[in-house]
Amino acid sequence: MINKVVAGADEAIKDIVDGQTLMLGGFGLCGIPENCIAALVKKGVKDLTCIANNAGVDDFGIGLLLQTRQVKKMISSYVGENVEFERQLLSGELEVDLIPQGTLATRCLAAGYGMPAIFTPAGVGTEVAEGKEVRNFNGKDYLMEYAFDADFALVKAWKGDTAGNLIFRSTSRNFNPVMAMAGKTTIAEVEELVEAGELDPDQIHTPGVYVHRIFQGQKYEKRIEQRTVRKKD
Amino acid sequence: MLDKNGIAKRIAKEIKDGYYVNLGIGIPTLVANYIPEGINIELQSENGLLGMGPFPFEGEEDPDLINAGKQTITTLPGSSIFDSAMSFGMIRAQKIDLTILGAMEVSENGDIANWKIPGKMVKGMGGAMDLVASAKNIIVAMQHVNKAGESKLLTNCTLPLTGVKCIKKVVTELAVLDILPEGGFRLLERAPGVSVDFIKASTAGKLIIEGEIPEMVID
Repeated sequence: MINKVVAGADEAIKDIVDGQTLMLGGFGLCGIPENCIAALVKKGVKDLTCIANNAGVDDFGIGLLLQTRQVKKMISSYVGENVEFERQLLSGELEVDLIPQGTLATRCLAAGYGMPAIFTPAGVGTEVAEGKEVRNFNGKDYLMEYAFDADFALVKAWKGDTAGNLIFRSTSRNFNPVMAMAGKTTIAEVEELVEAGELDPDQIHTPGVYVHRIFQGQKYEKRIEQRTVRKKD
Repeated sequence: MLDKNGIAKRIAKEIKDGYYVNLGIGIPTLVANYIPEGINIELQSENGLLGMGPFPFEGEEDPDLINAGKQTITTLPGSSIFDSAMSFGMIRAQKIDLTILGAMEVSENGDIANWKIPGKMVKGMGGAMDLVASAKNIIVAMQHVNKAGESKLLTNCTLPLTGVKCIKKVVTELAVLDILPEGGFRLLERAPGVSVDFIKASTAGKLIIEGEIPEMVID
């Protein structure tokens, strides 16, 4: 069995350099690669283009990379839970490309499925369509959107094995499986790393062929962005 | 005139047994509180969940289980979880029967603007453009007029668009209207105590009034 295990986050990201394009899994703060983000902050690589649905909050998630001015451009669907983000955007320090969430996910999927582009109706007739090819199929207009081309994908899974197979938990799955498929090099951090053979092949969400490096994260804070509860009667 | 809960209650009456429904943030979220007895539906949360349950009990929050508003939630018997691409795949393929979302402006030809105000911080469209471009059945929950009393039901939207010619029904604090394929807001129902003349005065886009307009039945 091919062994994908690396010692930890620092080793996993050691060849990420200035100016590269990274995908980061997660939705809000749910299912984000916390340990890889911490290692990127420590390493100090800069001018990064980050493809991620959101940009974290001021002191967590991708917000940490914004505080240290390591991000040149964000490609996201929804941002702005984040004061520093807004400041950098308004001052022109940060570029932001806002794209529809389904388009974001499907451009990842296309990369992982070896397809150069997709057609989606999302954004037809809006500013998102500016400069894009429009094709009509069965009487409806669609935009052509290209597959992403990312140097690295950083994803977070619940369990993984030494062969790189991944299982996600609950809605922390979100963008992680499609980004795992899409990176030229995919780094997976997991809460629990087990030996190959310990995970049921029928339960694998992401086959190890898509994962180049895997490690067990040192700790997971798993911060909750909006804590909503009801009282027991 | 209806309050936000009144709008949500009226929209809830549009939901049929067996529907898969996507609820946007704001008034649409309130619709979940008014699903009629005996109607079984599943709520989709576009971050990757079908069968969204209520908020968890205090102390039972799971950081791995949130909705598209990033709130902690629960699953229900029969729930399923999937990735973001599949989530928007089922939206694009029209497997979701009904989408309910808010709007800043709607035009008489069914255009919607709800994601961007020029000059203000832009947070992004999230899944709104995907939803409006693909859903077969969209109901907009919105205020008929803004705080200055100006109509938000227009001939043409003034704000950047989220989608074109996609809205078929609008429920406001004043009225229920559908948007005709050839253009125009057709008045279907009045909110309790609201006159047709008041709705006329509050609607900037083309308003079509055919016969007697009944008052909404809410409860």
